[in-house]
Amino acid sequence: MVEIIGAYQVSLITTMGISVILALSLNLITGFCGQISLGHAAFIGAGAYGAAMLTTAGWPFAAGLAAGTAIAAVLGLVVGLASLRVRHDFLAITTMGVGFLFLGVVRQQEWLGGEMGISSIPDAGLGKGGYMVLVVLIAAAIALFSVHLKRSWMGYAFDAIADDEDTARMVGVDAARYKLTAFAMGTGLAGLGGGLYAHDVKFIAPDSFGFIESITILSMVVIGGIGPVWGVIVAAAVLSVLPFWFQFIEEYKLLLYGGLLFAVMRFSPGGLAGFVAGFVAKHKRRRAAAP
Amino acid sequence: MLAFELFMQGLVQGSIYALIAVGLTLVYGLLRILHVAHAGLFTLGGYIGVLVTNATGSLALALLTAMIAVGFVGMALYRFCYQPILDRPPYVALIASIGLFIAMEEIFRIIFGPYGLSYTAPPLQAPIILLGMNLKAAEILTMVGALILIGGLGVLAGRTRTGIAWRATVKDPQMAESFGIDIVKVRYLNFFIGSALAAAAGVMVALLNNLVEPTMGSVPSYKALAIIVLGGLGNVRGTLIASLALGVIESFGTIYLGFLLDRDAIAFAFLILVLMIRPQGLVGRSNG
Repeated sequence: MVEIIGAYQVSLITTMGISVILALSLNLITGFCGQISLGHAAFIGAGAYGAAMLTTAGWPFAAGLAAGTAIAAVLGLVVGLASLRVRHDFLAITTMGVGFLFLGVVRQQEWLGGEMGISSIPDAGLGKGGYMVLVVLIAAAIALFSVHLKRSWMGYAFDAIADDEDTARMVGVDAARYKLTAFAMGTGLAGLGGGLYAHDVKFIAPDSFGFIESITILSMVVIGGIGPVWGVIVAAAVLSVLPFWFQFIEEYKLLLYGGLLFAVMRFSPGGLAGFVAGFVAKHKRRRAAAP
Repeated sequence: MLAFELFMQGLVQGSIYALIAVGLTLVYGLLRILHVAHAGLFTLGGYIGVLVTNATGSLALALLTAMIAVGFVGMALYRFCYQPILDRPPYVALIASIGLFIAMEEIFRIIFGPYGLSYTAPPLQAPIILLGMNLKAAEILTMVGALILIGGLGVLAGRTRTGIAWRATVKDPQMAESFGIDIVKVRYLNFFIGSALAAAAGVMVALLNNLVEPTMGSVPSYKALAIIVLGGLGNVRGTLIASLALGVIESFGTIYLGFLLDRDAIAFAFLILVLMIRPQGLVGRSNG
């Protein structure tokens, strides 16, 4: 694989795939179920640290990855319980707080490597090409799962809660159960993405999972349109590799993310998907109007 | 004695928090927007303070310039960034604001460089002995300045016609409008005052650290959000109490909780704890 498309492209596609996984995982919580989270990096970090600690201690790669996923999901379930207590703006700030708390605690723990983090994380043993294929397959599986979920009964329930939680409750949707499910699934998948990230770059430190990382993932979801699976995939793929394609962007990466986040919210809150849908609708109308 | 010193340090830090958080809670009270970019204005205030002081040698002039200039920038932010998206769901303004804040930090970095600026001749560094404690003059200025500014705000809100119109608008915008209050003017005033207070905080932090840097707003920004939630969003008195309390708790926490979590995480541990017990915040009414 590496011989065919080149080592640079392989690492690029791996990065892209991991970003897609992370963006789709947040999309389950924020896009599908309407629960805003500003602390997603905490769960990515929990999965990354969990997996990396275990494989460094000698566990097989798959087992470490699974354990990291489970750790993140359990943490997510706890934060999901918070979403039952507080809503909207309060939830946004609570999840942001969870992000800072995660960072603050990890930094002070010697057994987690403190500020220095964990280095020389063992290789997954699949080779660069094999690892890329694994990441892409997992990303594709999560995308298919998302599409399926959207059309399932649970997807409709998520929709109802995102739209208007009180009304959803009134018509008998068990909002608490669905919200917890969304949090557990989304954060578990974030943990999976985190584990994949840790074994891709082989080095993690608290700063890899800070507020900016949460916002980066959120900006992918927002620019994708908050919900539409293909929009989020395109946004995640493009935003994650832009800095590689245009070296000069690396310097201005955060300016670009911040500016885009603001511009999308200010001018086209439907994001990429909303923009395209609007464009298509306009085009159709024009065609219909033409003689 | 150590306890007293920690307490005073906490109050100095708490005064800074108060100056930042009051503007934030005012914006929330009026518009229901979590104005994250507020801390960008705090940073801007710090930069203007250092630049004007270095150019003219007068700290008072610098403070005044920073407050007025940043006040107008705050008004412009409202007009061009928030006003057009007021009728959208609340997360729209929140995310837009976060994007704006990150972009502002980057712009500071690009214009002024990543390493920040310092005073060429840092003012008010003389030590003052107060109650047997060694304090810097700048620390005293911070506390007294915060007291004067927030006291002035209290007088404005409580004793003047403008203040009454302001409070009426916060309480019930529709009713206020039907009584002839120009609520758009009130919003501009709100942004001007809140932003000017943040700028003053920026100048004071620049004095305390003798440094302004592009990211100096990050931690205060998110912490101020925690503070206004603790104070019961939109509640000025609650915000003041929460600011000072957090300053003092952090000051002690650094000594006694340092092994468990770092200083900046204490605010959020406290926040999450309080929200789980009292979802409407530490002080005051429920409006979430």
